[in-house]
Amino acid sequence: MYLRQTCQQGAGMFYAGTANPIRISRETEEQMTDKLHLKVVDRRSFVLGASAVAALGALAPLGSTPASAKAWQDFMKEAIGDAKPAEGKVKVDLPEIAENGNTVPYKIHVDSPMSESDYVKSVHVYATGNPGPQIIDAQFTPLSGKAYVKSRMRLAKTQDVVVVAQMSDGKAYMGKATVKVTIGGCGG
Amino acid sequence: MAKPRIKVPKMAKVGEIVEIKSMISHKMESGRRKDKKTGKVIPRKIINALKVTFNGKLVFSASLHPSVSANPYFAFDFKVPGSGDMVFEWTEDGGKVITAKKSLKAA
Repeated sequence: MYLRQTCQQGAGMFYAGTANPIRISRETEEQMTDKLHLKVVDRRSFVLGASAVAALGALAPLGSTPASAKAWQDFMKEAIGDAKPAEGKVKVDLPEIAENGNTVPYKIHVDSPMSESDYVKSVHVYATGNPGPQIIDAQFTPLSGKAYVKSRMRLAKTQDVVVVAQMSDGKAYMGKATVKVTIGGCGG
Repeated sequence: MAKPRIKVPKMAKVGEIVEIKSMISHKMESGRRKDKKTGKVIPRKIINALKVTFNGKLVFSASLHPSVSANPYFAFDFKVPGSGDMVFEWTEDGGKVITAKKSLKAA
């Protein structure tokens, strides 16, 4: 409403200001103000859209904020000590889209012979976007036969789930999966 | 509350890899939910650990965090070394332990 008024005022002033005022029919004037009005709205929605994009951009690198980076470092230290995890060997099976963040099924499989001398010692699951990112810390033994676990997790929002596995010789591997969460599952 | 259910095959061959499934009914109160009436935070009460042994030897264990779904379900593999008993132990916040046992016969 406010915008429309200013438009009309503006238009009126324009015509009043011209040295030789031309009489224009009401219709044409309305058409012109409509045009002006449209233009203004267009610019406004463009500005709004742009600011929304900027806000999203600010949220996106949440994983690299100092607090979460510290949490990640603490988690890694506790999970695998000073070992540097390499990519591979860890297969994380998660749905691409989880409709309900309260129970998201997942399967983890780590490639290993699981013999007495060479087996997967531990597997740690970390949800990067959860208020409490740790999910489980599992221990396996050669009796496990395969380093495989299937369970269900809670996910607060769309995020990456990272799995770190440590072998009996101390080497570490990691795998990752991205899940799109429709309804978050950590209570409000 | 806290009723365990486990699935272990009754019979298996020595050296065979079988899948063991377990579930325990538990709310897994995360400590982040608020009571809708009073607005107070409901204190955390989860099952924080699961330990599975076969004839006293560790097969699989896990520490659980609040991000584990309610009614925690775990399935894992087990390489049958012989006949024996599989014992599950769930530990709740506060130290209460719930146990379940299943026997397996190996051929």
